[in-house]
Amino acid sequence: MTKAKTKTEKKVRVKEKNVFKKNWEFLLMVLPGTLFVLVFSYIPMFGILIAFKSIDYSKGILMSPWVGLQNFKFLFDNPDAWVIIRNTVGYNLIFLVLGTICPVAVAIMMSRMTNKRTVKVYQTMMMLPHFISWVVVSYIVYAFLSYSYGLLNTSLLPALGMEPIDWYTHKQYWPFILVFLSTWKGLGYGAVVYIAAIAGIDTSLYEAAAIDGATKWQQTRYILIPELMSVIVIMLILKIGGMFSADFGLFYNIPMEHGELFPVTNVISTFVYRALRVNGDVGMSSAAGFLQSVVGFVLIMLSNGIVRAIDEEKSLF
Amino acid sequence: MAKNKKKKFAMATQASPVTNVIYNILFILFAIMCVYPMLLIIGSSFASENSLNTVGYRVIPREFGTDAYVYLANNASVILRAYGVTIFATVVGTVMSVLVCGLYGYAISRNEFKWRKQFTFLEFFTMLFSGGLVPWYLVCTRFLHINDTIWALILPMVNSAWNIIILKTFFKTGVPDAIVESARIDGAFEFKIFFQIVWPIALPGLATIALFAMLGYWNDYNNALYLTSSKELQNLQLYLFNILQNIQALTSTANTAAAQAGHTLAQLPKESARMAMCVVSVGPIILAYPFFQKYFIQGLTIGSVKG
Repeated sequence: MTKAKTKTEKKVRVKEKNVFKKNWEFLLMVLPGTLFVLVFSYIPMFGILIAFKSIDYSKGILMSPWVGLQNFKFLFDNPDAWVIIRNTVGYNLIFLVLGTICPVAVAIMMSRMTNKRTVKVYQTMMMLPHFISWVVVSYIVYAFLSYSYGLLNTSLLPALGMEPIDWYTHKQYWPFILVFLSTWKGLGYGAVVYIAAIAGIDTSLYEAAAIDGATKWQQTRYILIPELMSVIVIMLILKIGGMFSADFGLFYNIPMEHGELFPVTNVISTFVYRALRVNGDVGMSSAAGFLQSVVGFVLIMLSNGIVRAIDEEKSLF
Repeated sequence: MAKNKKKKFAMATQASPVTNVIYNILFILFAIMCVYPMLLIIGSSFASENSLNTVGYRVIPREFGTDAYVYLANNASVILRAYGVTIFATVVGTVMSVLVCGLYGYAISRNEFKWRKQFTFLEFFTMLFSGGLVPWYLVCTRFLHINDTIWALILPMVNSAWNIIILKTFFKTGVPDAIVESARIDGAFEFKIFFQIVWPIALPGLATIALFAMLGYWNDYNNALYLTSSKELQNLQLYLFNILQNIQALTSTANTAAAQAGHTLAQLPKESARMAMCVVSVGPIILAYPFFQKYFIQGLTIGSVKG
């Protein structure tokens, strides 16, 4: 009895020693990544507090005086503040809807097509926009919209008997252009994730439903969509977290700095960049950045919390 | 028999012949929408400046010309410099990123690692909350002082929470425990297990991550825009950006050379040279694309497994 006890105690001790020995190596493995994530992600997280400071480089960032909500007051006294918030949230809501429905629809259609080899070809071609940078896309857009050289003005509009349009100075076209580009660039890439999820669904589910007389639409509605829901919901939660962020490349590169377009192309990300790098205004840009980070975090926690309350399995964490 | 069954009950896994045709037409249109713009850029780059001035950008130019490429070749030093910066950052960055993310992902995929949950959370949390541009910018410029060095184009993108989590899933599902266990019983060090046993098995996963990283570095323009201002550190994307904003960026460096050659600024093939520069910068990606898109899809598929 006592012998057996000491034996297990010894075993436990040896095991603990082994655990320590192994962990020492694992800790060494995560060390580089930890350093990078601390420096480039966690220090900036605490750094959002500079939104409440007036940065004076001569005193150093840590010693700069606290100024309360002054930076936020300056931000909201700026008439642009409401425009950039409206633009950011507005575009993101549209992206949220189209960026979910279009890839899901494409994935469903692709998964049903009979010739899998042609599907691969379509997929390859539709992924192409994802691989090129926004800078290159801005060249493409320029090739279409340039006033005197662009394809639309030199070939398409004359063929339709229409006058050329100065696209880069008329803001009414730009919400459509930006939404189109965002959807276009993300479609092939977005569909891949859903295609994988659809391929993972047990076909016997459809079979059973079909035998019971369910139409194709009913099978889609009651089997396919619910099975896809967990992926869709996770994607949605992450996108909702980005509600106050915006794809900098899209909004900064494509309109090519045309001031006439700012009312519909300026978003929080581009505003922060211009305030910081062009005007050197750390106060206002950090206040806008603070809103972006904190509101994004609150939204992601809220949406995850709601999903968790409804169906714990589908939540992100 | 099986075919009969499907027809009889109309399962929603396959489209009917008519729908199939409609889907095909739709996807042909989509595919054209994705490929046509690239062709437009390529076509325009091979147009003579004359035909651009008269009929504008076209996929098949009215009049072929290689002026644009001759012009780029004459200004090769600036372009090669930008290429060099991009290639250096891409190679060094990709190697660092794969090593850092690979080791991290492996450690948090092993059940023997006591703090795997904490370290997983450390990375995962960065997907939920970020400090944003301003504090990040201050860390880079006032704390690390990497602005206007080549490291500005490399270090900020080494760690990627997304890649680490994909790799973790890959190591968990793709590497059999038994192999790792037997190596461990033989007394091998964890590093040795990783590099000698796990690495070869997990090569497809690591290759995918390498591709993600390569693409990220090649297309990186944000870090260059935020953190560099010297001409020497201009990478391809920033150079492209500058040319589009202001064609002068392409010509100013060559002003003297052009003047010497007896050209005036007006004679330079501005519009086609822009497009040629665009072709030159996406060239490697387009050429490599058919080979790596398979891995890319594979990687995305692994990533979509919740783990």
